[in-house]
Parts: sequence; structure tokens; C-alpha cells
Amino acid sequence: MDVAWFLVVSALIFCIGAAGVLTRRNPLVVLLCLELMLNAGNLALISFSRMHGSGDGQIFALIVMVIAACEVVVGLGLIVGMYRRRLPVDVDAMSELRG
Amino acid sequence: MWFEDLMFFVAAALALAGAFGVVVLRNPFYSVLSLVVHLIALAILFLLLHAQFIAAAQVVVYAGAVMVLYVFVVAYVGGVEDDRDRDPGVVGQLGPLFALFLAVELVIALLGTGLSALDTGGAEIEAGFGSPAEIGELLLRKMLVPFEAASFLLLVAAVGAVVLARKRRGLPDEGIV
Repeated sequence: MDVAWFLVVSALIFCIGAAGVLTRRNPLVVLLCLELMLNAGNLALISFSRMHGSGDGQIFALIVMVIAACEVVVGLGLIVGMYRRRLPVDVDAMSELRG
Repeated sequence: MWFEDLMFFVAAALALAGAFGVVVLRNPFYSVLSLVVHLIALAILFLLLHAQFIAAAQVVVYAGAVMVLYVFVVAYVGGVEDDRDRDPGVVGQLGPLFALFLAVELVIALLGTGLSALDTGGAEIEAGFGSPAEIGELLLRKMLVPFEAASFLLLVAAVGAVVLARKRRGLPDEGIV
């Protein structure tokens, strides 16, 4: 299979994730869509690693997975905190930081 | 050879369908399940690219552990469904259009590059490519600093999550509204 096919799939997944981040309101689903975008990046990294025949891209993908896990943990902690304080679980309602 | 092609198309279709499901499904619980399908399909794609260790880590760590965390939080918060009737706003209306333009642009950029190796199956690789042994050696020799930085970051994130989600003493639950 040509490497280009994998890259096209990764570009499409990235764009689906971007559309989700822009349109959905539930912060849980926004986090899921961020995961989609990170995974698209992972797929591209591993495709390029295969294209060059070197393992460096795979290490990079592994590190991205670690970063994604950190992001999930902090994001879910924030959502649980919001729920505990009876704040609306909605990204549009959380606008106190707007200037 | 034809089997690899078939696996690619099945896995790519599943990955795209799963990704689409995450965005379109209204109930967050179904979105999480759709993401699990997406992640497992991606693991198949990784296997096709000879990244066995990453594929295994994807299934065990991502589709296993991280998704369980999501399911717990969805169960805790309760599946808050998105309100269909509410005005989506400018960003919500232009978001899909922006994503469509981004997709077209990315595909044009990818297929229009001068990278001649894109239209091949990739470079020649030796037998141990992507195996745990090679990944481990790279992590502990060439990439030691990123590896240690990542472990430190995980520690910081774990402490941060505990600080964020714990119950604060002296501060009522509905403290800042």
C-alpha cells in the first residue's frame, strides 16, 4: 500500500476532529475530538517513519500518546471539577475568561 | 499483497466511520464507544505500517485504559446530550465548512509534494523494524531525554488531576458560580 493513502486517511481524520472541536458543546466530546486530531498526527508520523524506514517517527508517536494521556487526565479532572461545583457542563457557558 | 490492500481499506473505512461517529452521535457515551472502534481500526493501520509495538500500545493503553477513564467520567457526569434546537452560532455553522476546506487543502498539499517516496510502499526495512526491542533501544539510547521528559510530564499531569478534582476543604461545592 502506498504511503500516500495512509497520509490521506490521516488528513481526513484530522479534519473530522477539527470539525468536532468547532461544533460540539459538550467538553467531553471536545476532548474526544482532540484525541481524534492527535491520533491523525500519530498516523502521519508512523507513515513517515515507514516511508524513511527509521524508527524515530514511532518514538515520536509514542511520546504523542503520552501527551494525549496527560491531556485526557487534566481535562477529565477539570470536567469533574465543573460538575462538582454544579457549573453547566457546556463549553459555551464557560465564558468567564472572555475579555 | 491483495490481502494487505483489503485490510487497509477495511481499517481505513472503520477508522473514518468511527471518527465520524464521535462527532455526529449526540450521546457522549456512544461517542466514546465510537472512538474505541476508531482506535482499534487505527491499530490495524499501524500494523500494516510495521509498527507492531505502537499498535499493541494503542490497543492496551488507549483503547483500554484511557477509554475506561472516559467511560467512568461519562457515567459520573451523566450523558449530557447536546441541545439540538439551540442556535449553533457562527463558529458552529462555519466549523464543518472550515474542516472541508482544510481537508481539500491538506489532500492537495500531500499529493502535490515532490516527495517521490510517497508513491511507494516505503523504504526497505530489516526484520526487526518496529519491534519492542528496537523501540526500547531507541528510547533508552537515542531518545533518552524525551523519554525522561515524558515520564516527568505524566507525573505532573497525575498530580494536577488530583489537585483539580479533589474536594476542597472550606470551599462549598458551588463555590464560584
